Amino acid sequence: MQMPEPDKKVLAQRGSLVAALRNVVPPDSVIADEQALKAFECDGLTAYRQPPMIAVLPETVDQVAEVLKLCQDRGVKVVPRGAGTSLSGGALPLADGVLLTMTKFNRILEVDFDNRCAVVQPGVTNLAITNAVQDEGFYYAPDPSSQIACTIGGNVAENSGGVHCLKYGLTTNNILGLQVVLMDGTVLRLGGKHLDSEGYDLIGLMTGSEGLLGVVTEVTVRLLRAPETARALLIGFPSNEAGGDCVAKIIAAGIIPAGLEMMDRFAIQAAEEFCQPGYPMDAESLLIVELDGPDAEVEYLVSQVRGIADACGALSIRVSESEDERLNFWAGRKNAFPAIGRLSPDYYCMDGTIPRHKLPLVLTRMAEMSRHYGLRVANVFHAGDGNLHPLILYDANNPGELEKAEDFGSDILKLCVEVGGVLTGEHGVGVEKRDLMGAMFSEEDLNQQQRVKCAFDPDGYLNPGKVFPVLHRCAELGRMHINRGQMPFPDLPRF
Amino acid sequence: MTEGFQAETPEQVAEAVRWAVSSDTPLALRGNGSKSALGRATDAHTVLDLSRLAGISLYEPEELVMTAGVGTRLADIEAALKENNQQLAFEPPFWTSLLGANEEPTIGGVMACNLAGPRRYKAGAARDHLLGVQGVTGRGDAIKTGGRVVKNVTGYDLCKLAAGSYGTLLAMTEVTFKVLPAAEKARTFLLMGLSPADAVKALGDAARSPHEVSGLAYLPDRAAARSAVEYVSATGQSVTAVRVEGPGPSVEYRCGALRDMFADIQVEELHSRNTRTLWREIGEVAPLMDAPVIWRLSVPPAEGAAVAAALSAQGAEALLFDWAGGLIWLGMASLAADQAAAVRADVDRVGGHATLIRADEALRAVVPVFHPQPAALAALSRRVKDSFDPHHILNRGRMVPETG
Repeated sequence: MQMPEPDKKVLAQRGSLVAALRNVVPPDSVIADEQALKAFECDGLTAYRQPPMIAVLPETVDQVAEVLKLCQDRGVKVVPRGAGTSLSGGALPLADGVLLTMTKFNRILEVDFDNRCAVVQPGVTNLAITNAVQDEGFYYAPDPSSQIACTIGGNVAENSGGVHCLKYGLTTNNILGLQVVLMDGTVLRLGGKHLDSEGYDLIGLMTGSEGLLGVVTEVTVRLLRAPETARALLIGFPSNEAGGDCVAKIIAAGIIPAGLEMMDRFAIQAAEEFCQPGYPMDAESLLIVELDGPDAEVEYLVSQVRGIADACGALSIRVSESEDERLNFWAGRKNAFPAIGRLSPDYYCMDGTIPRHKLPLVLTRMAEMSRHYGLRVANVFHAGDGNLHPLILYDANNPGELEKAEDFGSDILKLCVEVGGVLTGEHGVGVEKRDLMGAMFSEEDLNQQQRVKCAFDPDGYLNPGKVFPVLHRCAELGRMHINRGQMPFPDLPRF
Repeated sequence: MTEGFQAETPEQVAEAVRWAVSSDTPLALRGNGSKSALGRATDAHTVLDLSRLAGISLYEPEELVMTAGVGTRLADIEAALKENNQQLAFEPPFWTSLLGANEEPTIGGVMACNLAGPRRYKAGAARDHLLGVQGVTGRGDAIKTGGRVVKNVTGYDLCKLAAGSYGTLLAMTEVTFKVLPAAEKARTFLLMGLSPADAVKALGDAARSPHEVSGLAYLPDRAAARSAVEYVSATGQSVTAVRVEGPGPSVEYRCGALRDMFADIQVEELHSRNTRTLWREIGEVAPLMDAPVIWRLSVPPAEGAAVAAALSAQGAEALLFDWAGGLIWLGMASLAADQAAAVRADVDRVGGHATLIRADEALRAVVPVFHPQPAALAALSRRVKDSFDPHHILNRGRMVPETG
């Protein structure tokens, strides 16, 4: 993975930059010690490591604005970082860059039940929002698996999902307002406590922009009232096809479950060995279907889903009879990554999305690839929305095996695109999938995305090296070849 | 507008835009024209007609996804969905009477204007359902963004920019969007005779309840009197309406729970047909139909009544709340420039925006149709526009007047 060549002129001004930054933020909030910087050398994608030139931990919006402006004026790149749980290397530092760590922005500023929203700083963890409002019966809906650690600022940057987004949406559907600082220090407020932007939807654009457009300093999230009940069904099937068929039939019956997860045989067995949730060991595929709402609704839907599963040839069906049992059903799924990780020194988690009915085809092709590369693969699948997480098992100590795992992963993602899906459903492009963007987008598509980047950060100082395989200068992207008079008239019907 | 082109393929759209760039001829993008009176009148006088880019090219009910040409009639899309008991969950309004239009709305117009009806409060707006877009930038480049799957974070989400950009960034040619099951059953719970302040409080209580309500509106007595639903019009009082949708047993249960919540207020219940009629009236702003000037205000829901009270001092004659008080429809007999500024000042006090939806063209030329933005935000929006359309070929002046 090629990152932008470190700029020697920038490295040479490191000392004076540290001094200048210490005039902007408290001196001990500027980290320049090499040992201390090692703590920031990677995020959740640990295969790539690079300590930053300097790390800065601002505490106020003014400080963020001043740090960014200072870096822009001096031609220094900036990488924003929350808790560093990115699985795509979105917060991978640069050797000649300042790492802007937002963890001191950790306060919940306001909970407004009247307007069903909360105003929080970006360093607040996803789960902390729910914890702050659950006594009143509310919660924040998107629940990525890393919710105990990941921050809401990072969730905005990555447009994080979770197991409940089929019914309740992604981050982008649950954000009302943002405060954002641009690279030149401009502080903007987008949205607020009301619905929908007027003018261009810059909140929607910022969400999922992977820290390339601006630094989020405040987030207004929508709160939902927690459902009265939730129950889960654990359904074993003799084949992936039967499991997939059941998912399609549930949705065709007009049911949108709160959660709809699928695991393959390898993942089922690993999870069972890891935490004994009581998964059916005779199943080739396992569905967890969660239904929530008032008792009357949940009971009604449970019986409908049970009927559909029977008709699809289910080997076993269990319905949770208590909250403990429901959580136990989920325990295996939520621990699938560590469970599979235990079976191998290293694993590599992929994140493609496919049209759901392509699942049997994709799993068959993946099994062929697994034989070709000689690496095992386990699958967990957000079956409701087609988001697939194949986990490739490898051992980095075996020479060449990391590269083989990466090639295997690339082949899987290209397959996802080939069947009508996308490279990443919720983990982001980051550095990891940057060089695959051409499999999904044309040069014109990518150039237009980069022109949007130019509208926010014309010098490209904010998080360069992520998302885009080729970096163009904004002046070059803005150029237009107009042949005046060469095209006298379009060949179209006129009226 | 008398001259223009009719594109039959996306390639022809690109060809027309490239010609327009080369001859510096701004283009007015148009589907069937039902939203021509929405937004500022564009400075472009050459029409690029996209209505022939019509037809549903993909509909997979089990995958909850549909792809259609931008010129596809909204009515055709709803009919196709209905065959499979599905719907556009954001309940897009037609707004034909509201805008004095006779044309059939298209899906392209719905997306370009980011329209959504009463269910928006629960289910999101058009922008929340738009998954993928094919279109032509003002540079004449054919591009795509997004895809056909719900979970997708590959690259910037330019769908969000396309939605609500009124054709100023892209000439969209094809859109892919999420579709959802229609509810098995719907009922509306009516609370009679509340003041605006009490109504907003009641709507807030319903919104904060676990009963997953999908409509939260308030019709003052004069608005209620105009309803075609007799239970609503015959009361002679204001009507606060709460809609519950879902599987049969669930709707029964939740209506019972709401009845308990509002035990001390006089209530009525509407069944399916009357529920459909009432919420269509609300989405189409039917109770305000005689007002020559109509505003649409988005504010924090709990502030709805206070904003409305302030607005009555600005000459507000007719009112309607949707979205639990977060959406205020405001009818006025006339509008002077200083009144418009006062309406916006009332909104700015609580945060939100006010859009002038119905007004004649002369008025829309002098009063900003869209809520004016702070300078730094306006400058950024302009840079975003320039990144797609550096020569302002597409719908020039439709959202903000050209400067410099």
